Amino acid sequence: MAIILEHVEYKYSEGTPMETDALHDVNLEIQDGEFIGLIGHTGSGKSTLIQHLNGLMRATSGDIRYNGSSIYAEGFSMKELRSKVGLVFQYPEHQLFEVDVFTDVCFGPKNQGLSKEETEERAKEALSLVGIGESYYKKSPFELSGGEKRRVAIAGVLAMKPEVLILDEPTAGLDPKGRDEILGQVVRLHREQGMTVILVSHSMEDVAKYVDRIMVMNHGELVFNDMPKAVFAHYKELEQMGLAAPQVTYIAHALKDAGFPMKTDVITVEEAEEAILCTLGKEREK
Amino acid sequence: MMRDITLGQYYPVQSPVHKLDPRTKLFGTLVLIAALFAADNLFCYILAAVFLFGTIRLSRVPVKHIVKGLKPVIFLLLFSVVFNLFLTSGEVLVQFWVFKITREGLSRSGMMAVRLIFLVMGTSLLTFTTTPNQLTDGLERSLRFLKVVRVPVHEIAMMMSIALRFIPILVEETDKIMKAQMARGADFESGGLIKKAKAMIPLLVPLFISAFRRASDLAMAMEARCYHGGEGRTKMKPLRYAAGDRAAYLVLLGFLLCIILLKIFL
Repeated sequence: MAIILEHVEYKYSEGTPMETDALHDVNLEIQDGEFIGLIGHTGSGKSTLIQHLNGLMRATSGDIRYNGSSIYAEGFSMKELRSKVGLVFQYPEHQLFEVDVFTDVCFGPKNQGLSKEETEERAKEALSLVGIGESYYKKSPFELSGGEKRRVAIAGVLAMKPEVLILDEPTAGLDPKGRDEILGQVVRLHREQGMTVILVSHSMEDVAKYVDRIMVMNHGELVFNDMPKAVFAHYKELEQMGLAAPQVTYIAHALKDAGFPMKTDVITVEEAEEAILCTLGKEREK
Repeated sequence: MMRDITLGQYYPVQSPVHKLDPRTKLFGTLVLIAALFAADNLFCYILAAVFLFGTIRLSRVPVKHIVKGLKPVIFLLLFSVVFNLFLTSGEVLVQFWVFKITREGLSRSGMMAVRLIFLVMGTSLLTFTTTPNQLTDGLERSLRFLKVVRVPVHEIAMMMSIALRFIPILVEETDKIMKAQMARGADFESGGLIKKAKAMIPLLVPLFISAFRRASDLAMAMEARCYHGGEGRTKMKPLRYAAGDRAAYLVLLGFLLCIILLKIFL
């Protein structure tokens, strides 16, 4: 049970002067239950890549297999794939259209052809997963705050009960509180429902804190695909791609350069704290 | 699917046609239109074809790309060809059941088709070689005389350039919302007319909302930069005629003269 990409290529506007190579020979594997971070500079091909995973974009060449069967094979139902691989776009609140919150969340399950009861059941479940209470059900989605709108939009995708959830910068444009809420809920979904999550993010701190594995895109190529610590050890290369390591990693390096015997593979604040205390302990022993 | 609309899309290459002043190109398009409507014999059309394809060649825009711009008018084209073909009276060539094809009908529908095709190709060439901004600049400058009769030329030009500028943005937005709804299982393709129209609601509502949001953001940004209309406003790149424009005007006038002569003497 996994998503496997083999030699996936994608070209925009093939055959015109605007032709650009958006994806170049991408090979990767996503296992069930993984929490993956996808990072890359603007225009690196992240968004193009995730749209391939649920068949919204079709690779110019190469193959994508979902649970063993090629999604480009004849007779493969794209509609089914899209309900299994839920994709939450950037600024998902821009897709809200119904008269009230509840009806909007029902849109996805209704399209799956579920009965009315089941649809409503799913919608309630999804809304409670993102922490939207019943008092909101009959409100117009347009009178909610930014963070609430976004949670409703995410619920719209969750109501389809996807096996894989892909979020394209779910925290862009939110205040710190809204950010923590959304990320907290995503982490809960991963831990409690065992959902496979792919998080596209610009925040190295978020990625370092939550994910099991990081994939780094640059100019349409997958350059790193490893554990967070291993990827952030290449912080010099990341900088050349317009990315960076978490700030605490830099602090650790700076402390080491200043003569403290420090571990430098720290990527979260907690790890940094531990490493610093450990170093201080050693200093005192001397 | 939405990206297939080529009418009104700038084709970014370097060419003498791209470099021309937008006013020259506007005048050129007008000349071509006038020539096509004045043309009434084969030689006029041959001359127009030479002029049009010569300009296309010079512009370095692939002919294939321009022909693609004909797609939206195919229906109109067929319509006028069929009507002219069957409904023109004259010397009958072929007849079956109630339909008859006449010599006059044949030549008239042929001319009509060529006229329409050339018209669309000529105007697409204008938009392929001129950015929307240049185009409205050119229009504003050429129509400035209308200010005398209190036509708000600058305002109209500004509205036009904003509208044109927003087309690709809205197309992109449509594409994005469409994908977002497809990710939620929306189906825009199957079903009858009513089902299809209904399927548009999840697309149109967010699109309208985003258009209004963008409009109000833009208005705010313009206000913040003290925009107050065209009075006393200068241009970063004022339009200036260059040597190429003079040459182009000569060619255009020559072309027009030839058409008139061909029309009178043939």
